[in-house]
Amino acid sequence: MEKRPLLEVKNLKTHFHTERGQITAVDGITFHLNEGEIVGVVGESGCGKSVMSQSIMRLYDEKYTAKYEGEILFQGENLLNLSKAMMQKIRGNDLSMIFQDPLSSLNPVYTIGDQIRESLMIHQNLNKREAQQKAIEMLRLTGIPAPEKRINEYPHQLSGGMQQRVMIAIALSCQPKLLIADEPTTALDVTIQAQILDLIAELNAQLGMGVIFITHDLGVVAEICTRVMVMYLGQIVEETDTDCLFSEPLHPYTRGLIKSIPQLEGERLQKLYTIDGTVPSLQKVPHGCRFASRCPYADELCKEQAPELEAYSPTQKVRCWHYKEILKKEAVHESSNE
Amino acid sequence: MLSYLFKRIYSLIPVLFVVSVAIFLIVHITPGDPAAIILGMEATEEQIASLNEEMGLNEPIVKQYLLWVGGVLQGDFGQSYFMKEPVLDSILSHLGPTISLAILAEIVALIIAIPIGIFAAYRRGSFTDHALMVATLLGMAVPSFLLGLLLMLSFGVYLQWLPIAGYKPLTEGLWTHLRYLILPALSLGAIQAALVARMTRSSMLEVLNKNYVKTARSKGVKEHKVITKHALRNAFLPILTVIGQSFGTLVTGAVVVETIFNLPGLGQLIINSIERRDFSVIQGVVLFVTLIYVFINLIVDLLYGVIDPRVRLERK
Ligand SMILES: Nc1ncnc2c1ncn2[C@@H]1O[C@H](COP(=O)(O)OP(=O)(O)O)[C@@H](O)[C@H]1O
Ligand code: SF4
Ligand SMILES: [Mg+2]
Repeated sequence: MEKRPLLEVKNLKTHFHTERGQITAVDGITFHLNEGEIVGVVGESGCGKSVMSQSIMRLYDEKYTAKYEGEILFQGENLLNLSKAMMQKIRGNDLSMIFQDPLSSLNPVYTIGDQIRESLMIHQNLNKREAQQKAIEMLRLTGIPAPEKRINEYPHQLSGGMQQRVMIAIALSCQPKLLIADEPTTALDVTIQAQILDLIAELNAQLGMGVIFITHDLGVVAEICTRVMVMYLGQIVEETDTDCLFSEPLHPYTRGLIKSIPQLEGERLQKLYTIDGTVPSLQKVPHGCRFASRCPYADELCKEQAPELEAYSPTQKVRCWHYKEILKKEAVHESSNE
Repeated sequence: MLSYLFKRIYSLIPVLFVVSVAIFLIVHITPGDPAAIILGMEATEEQIASLNEEMGLNEPIVKQYLLWVGGVLQGDFGQSYFMKEPVLDSILSHLGPTISLAILAEIVALIIAIPIGIFAAYRRGSFTDHALMVATLLGMAVPSFLLGLLLMLSFGVYLQWLPIAGYKPLTEGLWTHLRYLILPALSLGAIQAALVARMTRSSMLEVLNKNYVKTARSKGVKEHKVITKHALRNAFLPILTVIGQSFGTLVTGAVVVETIFNLPGLGQLIINSIERRDFSVIQGVVLFVTLIYVFINLIVDLLYGVIDPRVRLERK
C-alpha cells in the first residue's frame, strides 16, 4: 500500500488585495511532504516563502487582505474548505509554526509560561496546573535550563536563542504532525543558529513530525533537509533531493544561489559571487520566464514564454527552457578546467 | 515595582516647583491692584494701603512666595479675603461637582470609545469603520457648550427626562446625584470619547500587525481572544495616556459646561475669584488642580508598569 503524504499542496495561489490592485505573491505552488520528513524551501527574500507558509496555515485575513486558490491537503483533507472554527482547532494542535524573529513573535506582556500554557489549554483540555507541568516539560525538552524558574519570566528577559527555544516549545507543545519553521535561525548569531538547528533536527527524529524548513541559507539546507524546493518570485523553479541540489543543480537561479555560498579557501574567505539584479516587483511580473532579467542564458524564447515545471528525473523537477543545454555546456566547461 | 514608583514620585518634585513658581508669578504679575478691586470705587488711598499691608502684599515677592509654599506644604492654602474662609475650604466645597462630573464623563467616554475603537480597527477600511471615524470627527468638532445646550433642550426641556440644570450632592442619593450630572457628563464626554476612540483604533491597528498577534493566531487562539487578550493589552499603553490626559482636561476644563448647567464646581469658583481678584483663591485652585493633574499622571505611570512588564522589570 502506498503511503499517503502528510501534506499535499496543489497549485496554491495567494492573491493580496492592495491599494494598487491585486498581486499574486504565491503563484501556483505544488509539492508534498511525507510524514517525518524535513523539506527545505530556499530563495532570496521577497520570493514568497513566508506568504506560502502563512497561506498553508491560512493566517491571512480572507475578507479584506487575501484570497487563496488551489488545494492544501493535510492528511487528505483540504484546509481551504474548512470553517474558521475547524481551522482554529488544527492550528497549534496538528499544524504549528515558528517565525524568524522570536522576540517580536512572543507577546511582551505575558510570561512565557502563560504563552505555552495557552495552546495546551485550548487544544488539550488541560487545567492550569496540568498545563503548567506540561509547559515546564516542554521547556526542558527544548533545552532551557532551570525551566521552573524561567517559566515565570517575560520574553524580554531571555536571550534570542532562549526566546526561539520558547517559540519551539509553544509550537511543539501539542505534538503537531507538521511544523513550519520560517527562517527560525536567521535572526540569531552563528553558534546559537547551530544549536537551534540541532534542536529542530533532534525533535524531528524524536517526535516524528514533518517539517517545512524555510531559509535563505543553503548551508542550513545541506545540514538538515532531505529535499529542497527553490522558490523564485512566487513559484517553485526547482525541486530536488538535497544531494542533487549540490551535485547537479539544474536551474540557473539554483546555480547562482550555490555559487553565492561563502566558501573558505585556505584561510581567506573567497570573494562572494552574487546574482546580478533584484527580484522583480509583483506589480510587474514578467510574462516570460520570471528569472529572465537576471539569467545569463536568457534568450528570446525565455523572454516571451514562461517555462513549466518539468520532471528531469523521478526526484528532480526544474522550470527552465534550456536546462539540458546548460547542463551540457557546464559539464564541458568543467572538464576543460581540469 | 517599588523602586519604579519612587523614581516616578521623585521626578515630580522639580515639576511641582516650577509649576508653583509659574502660578505664583502669573497671579502676582497680572495688572490690577487686588486691594483696590476688593474695596471698590469708594475706597481711600489709606484703606487700600492698609489692606495691602494686611494681606501681606507689601512684603518682598520672594518672601511672599516662600510663605505661600510653606503654608501649602502644611496643608494651608491661605485665606480668602473675600469669602472670609480658608482657601482649602472653598476648594473642597467646590470639588465634589467637578470630580463627580469628570468621573462620570470619563466613564461615558470609555464605555463608548473603547469598543468603537476596537471594532473600527478590526473592520479597518470597511463602511462601518469609515462611518464611525466620521462620527468621531463630528464628536471632536462640536463644541461642548453647543452639545450641552442641545442636550438640555431635548432631554431637559422637550422630553423632560432629566433636570435642566443644578446640582444635588451624593448625600441626597446616588440616582438624584447622577440625574443632574448625566447631561453635563455627556456634553463633556463626547469630545473625550472621540479622542479615545481614535487613539484606540490607531493603536489597535498597529498592534494587530505585530508578529505576536500572528503567533497567537497560529496557536489556534480564537479571534475574540486574539483581540481582547493579545492585542488590547499591548494597545492599551497609548490609550491610557490619552485617558489620563482627558481626565486632566475634564477636571480643569469643565468651566463652560459647569456654567451652562449651573454646577457649583471648581470652574465656577475660579471664574468668580478672577472677577473679584481674590488672588489667594485663584492661585490655590490652580495649584490644587495641578496637583490633581500630576496625581493622575502618576497613576497612569503606575498603570503602565502594571500592564507592561518591560516598564516594571529591568533587563537582566
Ligand atoms: N500582506 C501582504 N500584502 C501585500 N503583499 C504582501 C503581503 N505580505 C507579503 N507580501 C508580498 O509578497 C511578496 C513575498 O513576501 P514574503 O513571502 O515575505 O517573502 P520571503 O518570505 O520569501 O522573503 C513580497 O513582495 C511582499 O511584498
Ligand atoms: S528559462 Fe531562460 S531565462 Fe529562465 S532560467 Fe531558463 S535559461 Fe534562464
Ligand atoms: Mg520571509
